[in-house]
Amino acid sequence: MSDTLPLSIQNNRRMEKWIRFDPDRTVRLAVGKVELGQGNVTALAQIAAEELDIDLTRIAVLAGDTQDAPDEGQTTSSQSIEVSGRSVRLVTAELRARVLDRLARRLNCAPAEIGVDDGTFRRGNAPTGHDYWNFVQTEDFAAEIAGTATPKPHTEYRVVGKAVPRRDLPAKVTGASFIHDMVRPDLLHARTLRQPNRGAVLAAFDEAAVRRAAGGDFRVVRVGNFVAFVGHDETVVHRAAAAAPAHARWDNARQITPDQQEAAWLVGKPTNERVHGDPPMADPPKTVIEATYSRPYIAHAAMGPSCALAEYRHGTLSVWSHTQGPYPLRAALANVLGLPTERIIVRHAHGAGCYGHNGADDAAVDAAMIALQVPDQCIRVLWRREEEFGFEPFGTAMQVTARAALDDTGKPVEWTTEIWSGTHVQRPSTGGNMLTHEALPTPPPDPKPTDPPESGGGGGTRNGLPLYDFPVRRILHHLVLAPPVRTSALRGLGALPNVFAIECFMDELAERAGVDPVSYRLSVLSDPRARRIIEDVAVRSDWAQRGPAGTGRGLGLGWARYKNKAAYAAVAVELEVDQEVRLKRVWCAADAGLVINPDGGKNQLEGGIIQAASMTLKEQVTMEGEGVTSIDWKSYPILKFSEVPEIDTVLVDAPDQPTLGMGECTMGPTAAAIGNAVAHALGVRIRDMPFTRERIAQVLLG
Amino acid sequence: MAIEFVVNGTARTVNAADTTPLLDVLRNQLDLKGARYGCGLEQCGSCMVLVDGAPVYACAREVGTVAGKHIITIEGIGSIAHPHPLQLAFLDEQAGQCGYCLSGIIIEAKALLDRNPDPSRAEIAAALDNHLCRCGAHPRILRAVAKAATMIREGAAQ
Repeated sequence: MSDTLPLSIQNNRRMEKWIRFDPDRTVRLAVGKVELGQGNVTALAQIAAEELDIDLTRIAVLAGDTQDAPDEGQTTSSQSIEVSGRSVRLVTAELRARVLDRLARRLNCAPAEIGVDDGTFRRGNAPTGHDYWNFVQTEDFAAEIAGTATPKPHTEYRVVGKAVPRRDLPAKVTGASFIHDMVRPDLLHARTLRQPNRGAVLAAFDEAAVRRAAGGDFRVVRVGNFVAFVGHDETVVHRAAAAAPAHARWDNARQITPDQQEAAWLVGKPTNERVHGDPPMADPPKTVIEATYSRPYIAHAAMGPSCALAEYRHGTLSVWSHTQGPYPLRAALANVLGLPTERIIVRHAHGAGCYGHNGADDAAVDAAMIALQVPDQCIRVLWRREEEFGFEPFGTAMQVTARAALDDTGKPVEWTTEIWSGTHVQRPSTGGNMLTHEALPTPPPDPKPTDPPESGGGGGTRNGLPLYDFPVRRILHHLVLAPPVRTSALRGLGALPNVFAIECFMDELAERAGVDPVSYRLSVLSDPRARRIIEDVAVRSDWAQRGPAGTGRGLGLGWARYKNKAAYAAVAVELEVDQEVRLKRVWCAADAGLVINPDGGKNQLEGGIIQAASMTLKEQVTMEGEGVTSIDWKSYPILKFSEVPEIDTVLVDAPDQPTLGMGECTMGPTAAAIGNAVAHALGVRIRDMPFTRERIAQVLLG
Repeated sequence: MAIEFVVNGTARTVNAADTTPLLDVLRNQLDLKGARYGCGLEQCGSCMVLVDGAPVYACAREVGTVAGKHIITIEGIGSIAHPHPLQLAFLDEQAGQCGYCLSGIIIEAKALLDRNPDPSRAEIAAALDNHLCRCGAHPRILRAVAKAATMIREGAAQ
């Protein structure tokens, strides 16, 4: 049985790790997935309220705490509801069943005779005098979670499936609510001077000049090539850190040339080679068509720079972080600092949206490193904006060639997606290093580039196999070992570039065959859930009236099933192009099975559309010399309010189907829809992101 | 040096170098955490406050320049117990994801609605173009500001 239990329960079999009834008639639900702005904590509370039959307002959630909450690894990959949600459902259903079984024995009745109203038990319509708070006993928590209780059927749902307001939002529109806003006793502010790259050695540092620039008192903490400025006055330490790079001379600093910022640079570099999917055809058709697409390096670009607090008191290290994974961060801290994990506590606090692995964990290690040098104080590290843009791990550049051997009707019988990509996972748990670790006198071994297994959705290969009914589908994956910058998980990993390539190439094949792109797709697509969302956006976007190409106005479409196993999304985009692309309207249809909070789900779908549009049209990390040159919002522009289209989103109602993670499912379809709409508008295709004014001019001039 | 100004209706005196960023004074001396550091470069809007009714980037504004002026931060707009129509509308529309940008955006929207009680979607978007949102909550934010405008107009008409 345990083989089929969600990983979260397999790793946390004790009921008390998840649920506690508090005397004030509330329930404390503890989970390992954390709130990153995606609303998962609200949805998890809904699930617990539903199974326990307790009002949602009574469910308090503790999310991400190595002391008091279960270990659910990282909050990634659109797994919060699929995995944690399923776990919370099984745990709360089982606890309810245990309690009601015991009450039924006490009352000498069948458990089915007992009803629950906001946590109060009745038998038929008669009060029993019991509720969770006065009846639950230690013995109800004694056995390990079996995971065998039967949750409510969806037809009885009252809270799940309803739009529920986010519980963390009121604080966020009225004042303090982020880790950045935390105040602790003995607080000292800290900033760092970053080692420009692994292996760089601080050869000279003019501390006197930095002190003159700072204009106040602070302490310099230095361990090897890790340097921090620590003091009571945040303004002073900030000025010290801002001045410091100009007064530091590094030996062995890397030199980056501008060509390295392009995806094309990856081709021909040392790689690990992998092949996935079907074996090649023995005798494929002679007509082979291919096209090559690319995306550059992309920044997570959180609105709030990375921040962390750390205290080292009486031999125990306490860390507050907006990490995606408190337990994995604890393991990384233990490794870097040489402390036993039982002497480290990591607690999650809200940060700005991260959309993947950004600087959050590095900042936490910074703070902890300083705290060990400056014990009995609370060390608050905040990265500067330049530091955030310059040193976060980026979403890797990717080049993707789609290649199809076509039959006589112009349909692929053998499809190959050939991918060049840096790694998408460079957390400490997946072969990466923390920045501060690399600056220490004894740095860790070189990072080991890897890619998530295909069973987990892959990384560079994510969504690399099209879900069309092609007889042979395969991936050639070149995992490039040494991109010029550190790369790691960014929302969707390889899904955005791969879906962009696949869905743009489908339009190119349709055009070649002289068939409408939607009809062409439907002719090679049997999955009814996929067909339904494509047909839905085609109808709503008035696809039938799409008109000819090359008029300056374009309508394009793309779809995917995220990771080829999570939520389905189709996106159609209407836009205009003259010198620049102007998005007009977007239509989206998604099928995510049972949706816990439809409003939260739509927020995620639409946020993904806008973020992907921003990446497709505008974004590229630039680099030259010792490092990254896109270090502010002028050099790394994102989509602005006046550039945002109207979006019309429909969620397919499928409560009888298992929940499918939907936090990342619109990214690829949006990029593809924009690519196809721009090609329709111009009559010429742009295959390399971002679609800037310069690139449009370049393509139009041929 | 001692600098006097009015914050959210209360006269305050702070002791700070006059070149200290207003944002640092608000956050660290006056414990008003709603204005946030995002870039320190007047590019993202997370730090926006009202100075004598006009939206100002607190990250780069030196505190010496606001002596004698009236400052409003998000805490002065309303509270969870007594929310402003803008805050109510943002909650009604669930207009946010991570929420880091929201206090600055609500400040800017307050200034907009003070000068234009019935803005179009394009006018709201233009007014918010000094503000960045990375989560992509823009459509909801635009709806929320329009809804707040309606709520304020209807409230005034009663």
